[in-house]
Amino acid sequence: MTDVLTPVLSANWADERAWKLTNYERRGGYRALRTALGQSPAEVMETVKESGLRGRGGAGFPTGMKWSFVPKDNPNPKYLVVNADESEPGTCKDMPLMLASPHTLVEGVIISAYAIGCSYAFIYCRGEVLHVVRRLQQAVREAYSAGYAGKNILGSGYDLEVVVHAGAGAYICGEETALLDSLEGRRGQPRLRPPFPAVAGLYASPTVVNNVESIASVPSIIDHGASWFSSMGTEKSKGMTIYSLSGHVKRPGQFEAPLGVTLRQLLELSGGIREGHELKFWTPGGSSTPILTPEHLDLPLDYESMAGAGTMLGTKALQCFDETTSVVRTTLRWIEFYKHESCGKCTPCREGNWWLVQILKKFEAGRAESGDIEKLLDIADDIGGRSFCALADGAVACLTSAIKYFRDEFEAGMHTPAWELFPYGRSALFEVADEREGAHA
Amino acid sequence: MTVTAKPGEVVASDLITVFIDGTEVQVPKGTLAIRAAEMIGVAIPRFCDHPLLDPVGACRQCLVEVPDMGNGRGMPKPQASCTLECAPGMKILTQETSATAAKAQKGMIEFLLINHPLDCPICDKGGECPLQNQAMSTGAGESRYEGVKRTFPKPINISAQILLDRERCVLCARCTRFSEQISGDPFITLVERGALQQVGYYEDHPYNSYFSGNVIQICPVGALTSVSYRFQSRPFDLVSTPTTCEHCAGGCQLRTDHRHFQVKRRLAGDAPEVNEEWNCDRGRFAFKSARGEDRLTRPLVRDNGVLRVASWPEAIDAAVAGLRAAGSKVGVLTGGRLTIEDAYGYSKFARHVLGTNNIDFRARPHSDEEAAFLANRVAGTVLDSDTLSYTALQGAKQVVLVAFEPEEEAAMVFLRLRKAVLRNGTKVVTVAPYASNGSVKLKAELVATVPGAEAEALAGIEADADTIVLVGERAAVIPGLLTAAAEFADRTGARLGWIPRRAGDRGAIEAGCLPNLLPGGRPAGEVLARVDVQAAWGVESLPGTTGLDADAQLAAARGGGLALVVGGVEPADFTSADDVRESLDEASFVISLEQRQSEVTERADVVFPIALIEERPGHFLNWEHRRGRVNTVIKQPNQPMTDLRVLAALADAMGRPLGVRTARQALAELDELGAWEGVKVPLNRGRAVLEPAEGELALATWRELIDGSRSNDGEPALQATAKPVLARTSPEVAELYGLTDAVTVGNAEGWLTLPLEIVPAMAPDTVWVPAHAPGTALSELGLVHGASVSVSVPGGEA
Repeated sequence: MTDVLTPVLSANWADERAWKLTNYERRGGYRALRTALGQSPAEVMETVKESGLRGRGGAGFPTGMKWSFVPKDNPNPKYLVVNADESEPGTCKDMPLMLASPHTLVEGVIISAYAIGCSYAFIYCRGEVLHVVRRLQQAVREAYSAGYAGKNILGSGYDLEVVVHAGAGAYICGEETALLDSLEGRRGQPRLRPPFPAVAGLYASPTVVNNVESIASVPSIIDHGASWFSSMGTEKSKGMTIYSLSGHVKRPGQFEAPLGVTLRQLLELSGGIREGHELKFWTPGGSSTPILTPEHLDLPLDYESMAGAGTMLGTKALQCFDETTSVVRTTLRWIEFYKHESCGKCTPCREGNWWLVQILKKFEAGRAESGDIEKLLDIADDIGGRSFCALADGAVACLTSAIKYFRDEFEAGMHTPAWELFPYGRSALFEVADEREGAHA
Repeated sequence: MTVTAKPGEVVASDLITVFIDGTEVQVPKGTLAIRAAEMIGVAIPRFCDHPLLDPVGACRQCLVEVPDMGNGRGMPKPQASCTLECAPGMKILTQETSATAAKAQKGMIEFLLINHPLDCPICDKGGECPLQNQAMSTGAGESRYEGVKRTFPKPINISAQILLDRERCVLCARCTRFSEQISGDPFITLVERGALQQVGYYEDHPYNSYFSGNVIQICPVGALTSVSYRFQSRPFDLVSTPTTCEHCAGGCQLRTDHRHFQVKRRLAGDAPEVNEEWNCDRGRFAFKSARGEDRLTRPLVRDNGVLRVASWPEAIDAAVAGLRAAGSKVGVLTGGRLTIEDAYGYSKFARHVLGTNNIDFRARPHSDEEAAFLANRVAGTVLDSDTLSYTALQGAKQVVLVAFEPEEEAAMVFLRLRKAVLRNGTKVVTVAPYASNGSVKLKAELVATVPGAEAEALAGIEADADTIVLVGERAAVIPGLLTAAAEFADRTGARLGWIPRRAGDRGAIEAGCLPNLLPGGRPAGEVLARVDVQAAWGVESLPGTTGLDADAQLAAARGGGLALVVGGVEPADFTSADDVRESLDEASFVISLEQRQSEVTERADVVFPIALIEERPGHFLNWEHRRGRVNTVIKQPNQPMTDLRVLAALADAMGRPLGVRTARQALAELDELGAWEGVKVPLNRGRAVLEPAEGELALATWRELIDGSRSNDGEPALQATAKPVLARTSPEVAELYGLTDAVTVGNAEGWLTLPLEIVPAMAPDTVWVPAHAPGTALSELGLVHGASVSVSVPGGEA
């Protein structure tokens, strides 16, 4: 390909049966585990800290620092929980990783658990992706058989049980405390903080909750060293990461590159926007991150630059929409998702999204009235920052940014249906499916 | 600096300073911002917040702005003040001073109302509804919502008593948190998600909790209502009166609401030291007994064997004639409905007017040992910092329950114990035949005990001065148990509490409604004690011999050997209902003072109608010895007569005036007497040994909170939430007798057949049967706790 890409996590994805242990080992898999077990847990944690790895789930909190928050003097067991409940619209990085190379994650889990000092680790995987759950289970089984998990791992005296848990299909369970409630067998609803999971998480014990990609990055850091990792990326956003391009691009998919690459670079790699069309708007990290426009094409895709543009890096889910797309319709679909996924615990999220959907439907149908845009913004103001967890913040982010950049389309929603302004067939990809045949081969 | 303080007392070093709307206020560490604001008179609107429930932060109504967390940094988003702990130097801006907070709160009210039906004009809560009130104070005048509201079929019965209108619910989770955190009956929970989230229940297991009514009271909207009160009244048409519950010895403070001379509903009052803000369903809903057609409203006299209505003078003359004829062959039987003033009236009437110590309040199985125990350990105590109290229970290290089921017999004691267990780690040990549902909820350690062996079981328990031993009323029927409990307390330093079942019992002891005690815990056999009372009453002499207890009076009445003055007594409450009926039939003369027709009425020669609890003032003494004031709820031009007033009239007619005729006078006279400080009646250990007969089992039994008691009459929805009537045995007993799903229990008097629950870890050779299930009072068979019973497979009894 080109120099832009730095395939580390995805290096083996195209291998024959990459998910099998032997094939993973052939590539040097589980070498990092042996290295880690030869060090003290504190040394492993220090290496991860030095690498500058930041959480890949969206918030970008330094992973090593999160680990160090676990109190040493707490008599309860410690737990590592991997958040594999990837369900955000547009986000598609953890699923392909676990599908193609589950051992990358499993090895990361074992090394990370060793560094934290826990003897139980859980991988909480979204329940609908049965194929991924099976791959994970198979990989964990293989790891046990090979002595990488279970009692006395590789003769080191370190014991670790790894449990794969399938969720029941709720977006909210990607919120870490809701995930813990769900893992404990309760309804997945976010918990009051404090106490934070690091102090009282799973079963009221110290718990580290990390994203799949964060944990999967650990073996490479141990294998190649902290400075190797931190040599990639920008000053504050270090390392490589997986960008997922989707939407109206010629070759959608996962692109692994150092943090700080731009969408323009990534679009070049993916062949650009589909033929004869141009980019209209895009999300940097899934539907919960405020949208951007072509004017932001050259912004580095790292934590700081995205924050500077009033959005977030999020999950690096770059959903690209061309000029055939109705912003109103897109926003409505997203808010419908949040309405459906709101857990119901707090008022603004539960009632606010219910209300927003009804108003946005009026805009889509061209029946909105004067003042409705202000009403949308006012409702969004009453939801954002007022809800119990970040789910609703994400919901209103797409709405307010859509109005910010495309207010005229909302104004058009007061007299013309979106399907007339943007006939839906034109934005669909089905007609060009034949042309795209073989694109994934 | 070392600061010592009593538990719960705040010392200066625990205080931190915060600023609310610019006002400096000192609060104890850990105080939530919403409470700190209350301290300076700022009411932040709220729905999910409740001071007795764990914070949840769900409704988001109480958002405030925090420009400074105390460290110079502000919080970027508005914070829910119900979950925000104050930190030193924290600055909090409420809706009073922050436009952000005010806007956030206004927005939240708007959200809560978009799916709310706004059916206030037909909603029970309309007029006293926090949602309505706060929509007025905080919300916008008009809704901007033009969409479709979420609706549900309405209402659904989550129990026979409690109705749920889901579309009114704001999902604050107060009810579900109450049921889980306070009463421990989590039969309701939130289900579904998003705007379809709702309170749900499992149809096969409705919300049959003894405390279910509390969820109606704490519901901040009209989502939860009761069958009993639904559509009965508008809150603004009701007149509210604080009063004290007349059911058990818990002493719950209540708020009784009436309209048109009728009590419409009763609510838990606010009494932090007693019932906090809770009460039980019996106290809340069982107020319709005696309010029906069987209420006695006019005096009755027996004429040629038939009761007929009579005038008051005629009835008094007839009563006096009967009493005169009986002379000293007379006894007084009182029951648990009496206030302390009424009990004092009976006590003085017996001694001063009738010249006898034949008086006993124990309208239930009792013993001489118990009378001695009550005189020795219970009578004459006063409520002070050393007395056993709800507060003491909450701080105890260990609580031992002996022959006592708090959830059934003193529901607020149960709630306070559960709080102690959950918040304070109090250990509960129960000496009982099996771990009842209440014991399980108290995480109690079961000392599985065959009825009769309680004293031995108690002796084996480790205890010290941080232990509290609570014994219940059925300890009276286990020979030696009450004495053993007293000695156990003396030996270990543990504190001992006796918790009776009825509201009037504790006061009756102080009033002297016992054959061995004069008022104030004075031994009737002590000359000095009698001198005290003689001086106070201005009489020459008082009877000095111990009188007959209730059973002895009833025995003496057989064959006409005794006349009886009876108030508040039901035959079925005694050991043998038939024996009581026979005694009343044969007594030389029976005067009944009662609210409602009963089996005593049927056998009385003269009947005086008595005021209902809502029609008169007075006091109940609860188990702590705390006075709970009973207020006149319904005021009428001709206030119905109380027991005391009737007794005073009788005394006047007998020529020996009682000297008191109002509750105020009676209480003043009793207070003037004070408590006895001299030598107490010694303990009197019962010697009999309870052992089941060959091939029989020991009967374990107690009364359940909602049972066949006549005071639950008139409230079918309450009765429908009673526990299922069934018997219990151990697996071993079931196997030995070949029992599977039903059992027949009985004696020579008769038998009853019940569904059977087989309980692992239950005491051996024991069968448990409820004491007074509707229609099957064990007293009909003469059975009490510890009796010997035969057990067989149903169908085999012939």
